[in-house]
Amino acid sequence: MAAISRDEVAHLARLARIEMSSEELDHLASELDQILHAVDRVQEAAKDNVPPTSHPLPLKNVTRPDVVVASLSPQDALSGAPASDEQRFKVPQILGDAE
Amino acid sequence: MTFIYKSAAEMANALASKEISAVDLANEHFDRIESVDTDVHAFLYLDKEGALEQAKNVDAKRAAGEKLSPLAGVPLALKDVMAQRGIPTTCGSKILEGWRPPYDATVVTRLKDAGIVILGKTNMDEFAMGSSTENSAYGPTHNPWDLTRIPGGSGGGSSASLAAFEAPLAIGTDTGGSIRQPAAVTGTVGVKPTYGAVSRYGLVAFSSSLDQAGPCARTVLDAAMLHEVIAGHDKKDSSSINAPVPQVVAAAKKLDVKGMKIGVVKELGGEGFQKGVSERFNEALEELVKAGAEIVEVSCPNFEYALAAYYLIAPSEASSNLARFDSMRYGLRVGDDGSRGAEEVMSLTRQAGFGKEVKRRIILGTYALSSGYYDAYYGSAQRVRTLIMRDYEAAFAKADVLVSPTAPTTAFKIGEKANDPVAMYLNDIATIPVNMAGIGGMSLPCGLAPEDNLPVGFQIMSPAMKDDLMYQVGGTLEAALNSKWGSTLMSQAPALGAK
Repeated sequence: MAAISRDEVAHLARLARIEMSSEELDHLASELDQILHAVDRVQEAAKDNVPPTSHPLPLKNVTRPDVVVASLSPQDALSGAPASDEQRFKVPQILGDAE
Repeated sequence: MTFIYKSAAEMANALASKEISAVDLANEHFDRIESVDTDVHAFLYLDKEGALEQAKNVDAKRAAGEKLSPLAGVPLALKDVMAQRGIPTTCGSKILEGWRPPYDATVVTRLKDAGIVILGKTNMDEFAMGSSTENSAYGPTHNPWDLTRIPGGSGGGSSASLAAFEAPLAIGTDTGGSIRQPAAVTGTVGVKPTYGAVSRYGLVAFSSSLDQAGPCARTVLDAAMLHEVIAGHDKKDSSSINAPVPQVVAAAKKLDVKGMKIGVVKELGGEGFQKGVSERFNEALEELVKAGAEIVEVSCPNFEYALAAYYLIAPSEASSNLARFDSMRYGLRVGDDGSRGAEEVMSLTRQAGFGKEVKRRIILGTYALSSGYYDAYYGSAQRVRTLIMRDYEAAFAKADVLVSPTAPTTAFKIGEKANDPVAMYLNDIATIPVNMAGIGGMSLPCGLAPEDNLPVGFQIMSPAMKDDLMYQVGGTLEAALNSKWGSTLMSQAPALGAK
């Protein structure tokens, strides 16, 4: 049985905000199916009494005094912007329907 | 006389004794790049102007009698995953084509402060996802030992630049083997330090709990010297270790392993490993025995699940990390003609800007993290991670360092595995457990496989925060092998260029 369907891949692509052609979806569904079969074995080894590890170091929150330090100038911050306007990033319409 | 075939330490001595200037040394390397990089394609960008300015400054300071850092004036190749102010930084991706970061990564700041001369940016698999550098949007890099073969990945540009004598030092990053596997297949040295030893600030994130930058070089001592430049606590990286850096240069010079216990990991060898790889690995073990080390066999039974767990954890973290490439603040933007909303522009940009492997991993990670599958996939992979750490803990109770071949085979042909992602992933079988546990790992050359005359890598793993131990063993093994061969392995590398 396939571990993942073409419709599921299309749904994931929407969630990940990647437009995909019909060919891309077909190809990826079959590849992901192979990969998922290969990685499925983690479930054999992972018993419930083993705690999960998310990170190699015991991380704790790092804080610093709230002191103003040098940061990027507006010009630097906008230097890679695809579009900008009056020291702001200019983006396509984000609310409602586009024109 | 040319200096490009010397080690970084020898170049540093020649600079200190004013046998050569930093400007001349940089120019010798640019000449070399010009003559061989059309064939090798290690570099994506050359910063001749910035490099020569830095070299000129170093020469001026030396002339004025200022105290300089040991590697001041020595050239270096920088993996294109590191932000360098004003210099194009692509990560091998079309989505970042033309982007010039407005700031320096901490690693870059430290290189500049040490007077190191950054020649340019090196090719890599897109966003460091791959084992062959074939996933670069800018075309593959070729292995200097055989131009029809891969230089490893993701840091194939960095390793190839060393093997082609285009640079004596390079920076790599290692999420599942991207420093060590390229080192193995190009006959060079590559080190993944303990997780947290080198700042990740300004390193474009792939899988944040696994990513670690490290030194690449042609000798163990050179790698150690570069390690001491880039390692150390950084306030800008909250996962950076706040402790003194181990004395790795002193360790690399010890040349003594008497009484050390070296653990051979049973599961990382034998079946699935090329015959010549196993032969050269075993011969190297004999050299360590002759040098006074004791070999013990250790078993890490859960390593067989490491690859599967890695290909869930790394894509999961990547699917989140790569969400930042949304076409809003920097990078590519496609389809913004006034008729489309932000989400549609985002989706079209990511379709056009990401390559196949990156899309594959983002979708896989999105799947592994989605509700209904989270426990079965991401959750199980995290439990496997615990088991791998326990295996290492038990193994390090019996041995000071652990060893294995770095990669199961020598360099394969370009194109050979390009359409089989699962076969490609198997290259990293021996390197991935190190990242999962956050410990240190090094690859150094241990000879040429008799069947194909291509370099074989020897991997040394040391406990977290004890990176000096792998340098001690690596330095000793390198000296023993060089004396057995009567020269370095790299001295057998094919001449390139002039036809």
